[in-house]
Amino acid sequence: MRDKTLFRIMQDRLFKSVVMSLAFLSTLPLLFILFYIFKNGISVINWKFLVNLPKPVGEISGGISNAIVGTSILVLISCIVSVPLGIASGIYLSEYRKSRLSYFVRLSVEVLQGVPSIVIGIIAYLWIVKPVGSFSALAGGIALGIMMLPVIVRSTEETLKLIPYYLKEASLALGVPYYRTILKVILPTGLSGIMTGILLGIARIAGETAPLLFTAFGNPFMNVNILKPVNSLPLLIFNYAMSPYADWQKIAWGASVVLVTMVLFLNLIAKMVAKKWKIVS
Amino acid sequence: MKKDSLKSEKIFQKTICFSGVIILLLLLGIFFTLLFSSLPSIKAFGLKFITGRKWDPVTGNFAAFPFLVGTLLTSFLALAISIPFSLSLALLLGEYSKGGVVSSFLTGMVELLAGIPSVIYGFWGLFILVPVIRFIELKLGLIPYGVGIFTASLILSVMIIPYSASLGKEVVNLVPRDLKEAAYSLGGTKFEVIKRVILPYARSGIFAGILLSLGRALGETMAVTMVIGNSHFLPGSIFSPSNTMASVIANEFTEAVDTLYLSSLIEIGLLLFLITTIVNIAGRYIINKVSVEVR
Repeated sequence: MRDKTLFRIMQDRLFKSVVMSLAFLSTLPLLFILFYIFKNGISVINWKFLVNLPKPVGEISGGISNAIVGTSILVLISCIVSVPLGIASGIYLSEYRKSRLSYFVRLSVEVLQGVPSIVIGIIAYLWIVKPVGSFSALAGGIALGIMMLPVIVRSTEETLKLIPYYLKEASLALGVPYYRTILKVILPTGLSGIMTGILLGIARIAGETAPLLFTAFGNPFMNVNILKPVNSLPLLIFNYAMSPYADWQKIAWGASVVLVTMVLFLNLIAKMVAKKWKIVS
Repeated sequence: MKKDSLKSEKIFQKTICFSGVIILLLLLGIFFTLLFSSLPSIKAFGLKFITGRKWDPVTGNFAAFPFLVGTLLTSFLALAISIPFSLSLALLLGEYSKGGVVSSFLTGMVELLAGIPSVIYGFWGLFILVPVIRFIELKLGLIPYGVGIFTASLILSVMIIPYSASLGKEVVNLVPRDLKEAAYSLGGTKFEVIKRVILPYARSGIFAGILLSLGRALGETMAVTMVIGNSHFLPGSIFSPSNTMASVIANEFTEAVDTLYLSSLIEIGLLLFLITTIVNIAGRYIINKVSVEVR
């Protein structure tokens, strides 16, 4: 009898240590990745790296300014495309929770979230690049916008669902029309949650490469015309990483540091926004 | 005044309703665009597109079976590697230490892991992991490609751990407290409670989480493209170079000049879209059912 108890205790301890060690092991890749990226990339980064254009192989002090500008343009376009539509649909889903149409809309948001990024790239190619006849920042931005849309819809919906119903009732009881209640009472209350969603969405698309391969395409020069191809940080990393030149690979490491820092920083801000203006219900 | 606000009311209602409809139309648009653009290849090859083994742009003969195999192999291998880790994370965060330093540290790490862009995983894999795998392959007496299905699966498994762990944690949290406490009060150890109560109860939820992670893995493009080796043949072993459906599109889409080539690639995209959609809907359906039952 005592042996059995001892056995059970040992079994429990053993299991716990296995779970613990496996869980901690799974964070090791993160440390490895961050370590190697910063080790290889940090030495490349200086002011010139951020403001210079890429140089041909063999010339030193090439930079990534065009990719930084390109990524900003792409993110801006995708926000213009997806933020208004996403928030409006989020309001729709939270206001009409039980209608048949909203069931299908919610389902399509979920499906859209799971569509592989490369397929979104094909779609943007077929919808925009092919009719217009050239790769463009516009096509890339729209592709990224489609990817960002489900994130914004869901965060808006989830946030608005959390807002206490008596806020809405109080506003309606004062005779405020329904649409003004939503726009002036409910939305401002949920602003932090929606902002978090937008920031997380940006963090997600800023690192996306696959939808840009045949939409934004990449460009070794500076470009701000949205109907022409632009470069972006992930595209630059991909192209330079796959190149056989050590100089370019070095630039890719540097660009990785910039991209990772940017994305992790966005995630951090999103978390802080969510924490600071949490809805108290 | 009153008329005015009634009018605005109507406009507002219509606007939000319309934007919901736009999302629905967007999804349908994606499906039908893919379908119509792959019609030339569907007409030319029919079912042979899925079963045939030869993908040859030079002779204009396209069949996606090797890529289908490559996709399934990498995804399932990645799932198999990641399950012990994500399950441990889920149990640790959901049962062993709720709150506290350890769990907030691990949660933070997992969130960071989820935030790293796919291309960075690929870049890191190409320069750090591939040489390691090449070394191991040399020791084992295999052809030292370095790139290949196994390397891609390793990277992929790291990428899906955050996703499946957070889903798993939610599911573990759904197990009713009274059930667990009843088991503890009978003198069960934590291991016994997990084995006899939590895992059986959370079984379908965990399965759904695995399905959703599979959906992720199937469509992952960049990291896989960079380390899988871009080969058009049926993979001989898990160490041989191959191609997944996503990686062949990423590699060849801009090279595809004639209509049939392009439409074959788009048909692969269509297949990928259908597979991931079915897997995702199935996973979501089970998860929703489980959480409704608990409430």
